[in-house]
Amino acid sequence: MANYNYIAWIPLLPLAGFVLLGLFGRRRFRGFSGILGTGLILAAALLSLYAAWQYFGAGAGAAGVTAGGSAYKPILAMKFTWLSFSPGLSIDMSVLLDPISVMMIVVVSLVSLMVHIFSLGYMKGEERFGTYYAFLSLFSFSMLGLVLSGNIFQLFIFWELVGCSSFLLIGYYYDRPSAVAASKKAFIVTRFADLGFLIGILILSFYGETLDFGTLIHRLTTPSPQFLSITSASFLGFSLLSWGLTLVFIGGAGKSAMFPLHVWLPDAMEGPTPVSALIHAATMVVAGVYLVARLFPVFSLSDPPALGVVAYVGAFSALIAAIMACTQTDIKRVLAYSTMSQIGYMMFALGVSKYGGEGGLGYMASMFHLFTHAGFKALLFLCAGVIIHRVHSNEMNAMGGLRRQLPLTHICCLIACLAISGIPPFSGFFSKEEILLAAWQSNKLIYGVGLFTSGLTAYYMFRLYFSIFWRGPHGVRQAAGDPGAGDAHGSTPVSMNLPLVVLALGALLAGLIPFSHFVTSDGEPIDTHTPLSFSIAPVALALAGIGLAAWLYGTMSDRPRRLASAIGGLYRLVYHTFYIDEIYAFITKKILFNLVGRPAAWIDRNIVDGLMNGLASFTAWISALIKGMQSGKMQDYALYFFTGIAGLAVLFIYIWKN
Amino acid sequence: MNQIPLTHILFVSTALFFIGMYGLLTRRNLITMLMSVELILNSVNINFVAFNRYLYADKLDGVFFTLFIITIAAAEAAVAIAIMIHLYRNLNSIDVEQTDEMKF
Repeated sequence: MANYNYIAWIPLLPLAGFVLLGLFGRRRFRGFSGILGTGLILAAALLSLYAAWQYFGAGAGAAGVTAGGSAYKPILAMKFTWLSFSPGLSIDMSVLLDPISVMMIVVVSLVSLMVHIFSLGYMKGEERFGTYYAFLSLFSFSMLGLVLSGNIFQLFIFWELVGCSSFLLIGYYYDRPSAVAASKKAFIVTRFADLGFLIGILILSFYGETLDFGTLIHRLTTPSPQFLSITSASFLGFSLLSWGLTLVFIGGAGKSAMFPLHVWLPDAMEGPTPVSALIHAATMVVAGVYLVARLFPVFSLSDPPALGVVAYVGAFSALIAAIMACTQTDIKRVLAYSTMSQIGYMMFALGVSKYGGEGGLGYMASMFHLFTHAGFKALLFLCAGVIIHRVHSNEMNAMGGLRRQLPLTHICCLIACLAISGIPPFSGFFSKEEILLAAWQSNKLIYGVGLFTSGLTAYYMFRLYFSIFWRGPHGVRQAAGDPGAGDAHGSTPVSMNLPLVVLALGALLAGLIPFSHFVTSDGEPIDTHTPLSFSIAPVALALAGIGLAAWLYGTMSDRPRRLASAIGGLYRLVYHTFYIDEIYAFITKKILFNLVGRPAAWIDRNIVDGLMNGLASFTAWISALIKGMQSGKMQDYALYFFTGIAGLAVLFIYIWKN
Repeated sequence: MNQIPLTHILFVSTALFFIGMYGLLTRRNLITMLMSVELILNSVNINFVAFNRYLYADKLDGVFFTLFIITIAAAEAAVAIAIMIHLYRNLNSIDVEQTDEMKF
């Protein structure tokens, strides 16, 4: 077997970066903190690529011999016991290599590298430049550790670390109240979901009697004693296996911004734009998808109803997020809802999939979409970063006609928009076709939702594109009218253009990777063949969406406004994102605060505090009563002493005399 | 054997003890108080000697105790007089009524 010991360095290098920059980033390493962070993540990215080459390429021969086929087997690269409670219960730290984790380390380290390079230009001159790179390194470490985790508890630890670094980076501009509020919101919402995840872990590991993924999956998919005990125990009419899996999925849904736990994602756009590209588009938010994929055999073989929940939540989120994206005017919020919608795609692709063979198309398509989406969504966010850097505004209304000023960004953004809309031959086309095909084979309703959403996707992406880069001289004049905008930064620095080009090439070519030969539900390569006729409907819908966007936003006109007023109330409903935030605010402020918070505060103030205050005032009263005895006069003390002795003498001689 | 009964001696020592205690509680002069303390100690000494003589005539424990108490009384007098001198230097008086600084 090939030697995979170096894998441990992939997460450890960014960790070293975090420690060094966290300790010295403010003073000693201030000048080259960016270069240091970028160099370390570059090394991690190269190691990841080498690992992928070894695992899928050169390693396949060795693995194939042992497996007797060409399947990719999970490899436990290293393992040590971290906490040992009893012979039967210990928490291990291990590094697990299987197709999805290898694919994920490549995605995470490459996107992270691009974002590190991009930030060299974007964050230049920031006060807390070193701290920013320290946080980025912390995130890279946590995310790489998450995908390489070999047991569910280790995954949970890294899961929380990822959430923590996300919190730190959303609140990076901590002097902005909205950023602080957004980071708190992200933290609380995901923590709420993580509670479900933790309970799910406890249920699964209590009945599975292990934390290790391989053993857990094996025990819960075969009729083992553990399987029988978890399926026979039931709570509220569902087996504990369903509860455990659903709770784990709730954790994943919180991190992946699935409805109704998505409210934190649009607000998370308060963070620096490269951070949004890395964390809130490409990597962290797909952790939920990765989690479901990690436990996919259990979902698929043992508990199809829980997988159904995944499918319907994913499809509904995909649809509702796409609708909300159509009305937003903040460029990053559009992209945030678009991310949520695409993750919905990945989720329902998993939900409609089956385990093994051709039926596992959805699983493979989901992972493929995760892969391509990470590329083009990171590209879109980085383009947005360039634009915001130039225009100093997030509002699409303040932009327009930027194609002459930012030609390279224009091309890259166009490629990314075409890729996300599913226009051949860009990468998104291939993955989305396979998702739709998998949905078609399994559930026509979900296929319909997916098809409609793909049309909406094309519409809102090109609404964004035309608003920024075309639409008349309005934006040009404004950009020129603002003297700082055009001249202060001059041309975009190379460090910002390079990642755009690399990611654009990825968005252009990633679809050609024969992904189904590498990543499948059971490790056996499958051949996918999407019939040409099948592609007609989605592509036609996407083209229609682009056409509509071009008609509405291609030039300056009042068509969008007239359309909006024509559908009046519906438009306002969507524009306010179905008032979901307001509903949450109502539930928390009006109901929770009044029914739980106020009584709890009353009890705290009157009963708990009252008990303590009563004790204190009773003591004070007693001491005020008797403090006169301590007069400072020696003879008083002597009198007390003799009285006491006399009292004791009387007590012992006449009363307790046995 | 024509002897004084034990109760007579105990009566003397009890009287001595309460005289000493009365002096300790009523006198304001530290030296008088010290003398009262000596009276108390001596009443104890009388008790020890008397009980030793009447109850355990063949032993000397009570007498030894008395000797120790006399030694300690001497040492205590030395310490007490040192305290008084110091007090006098500070307050120009050895009246205990004036030394009531240490209170609540």
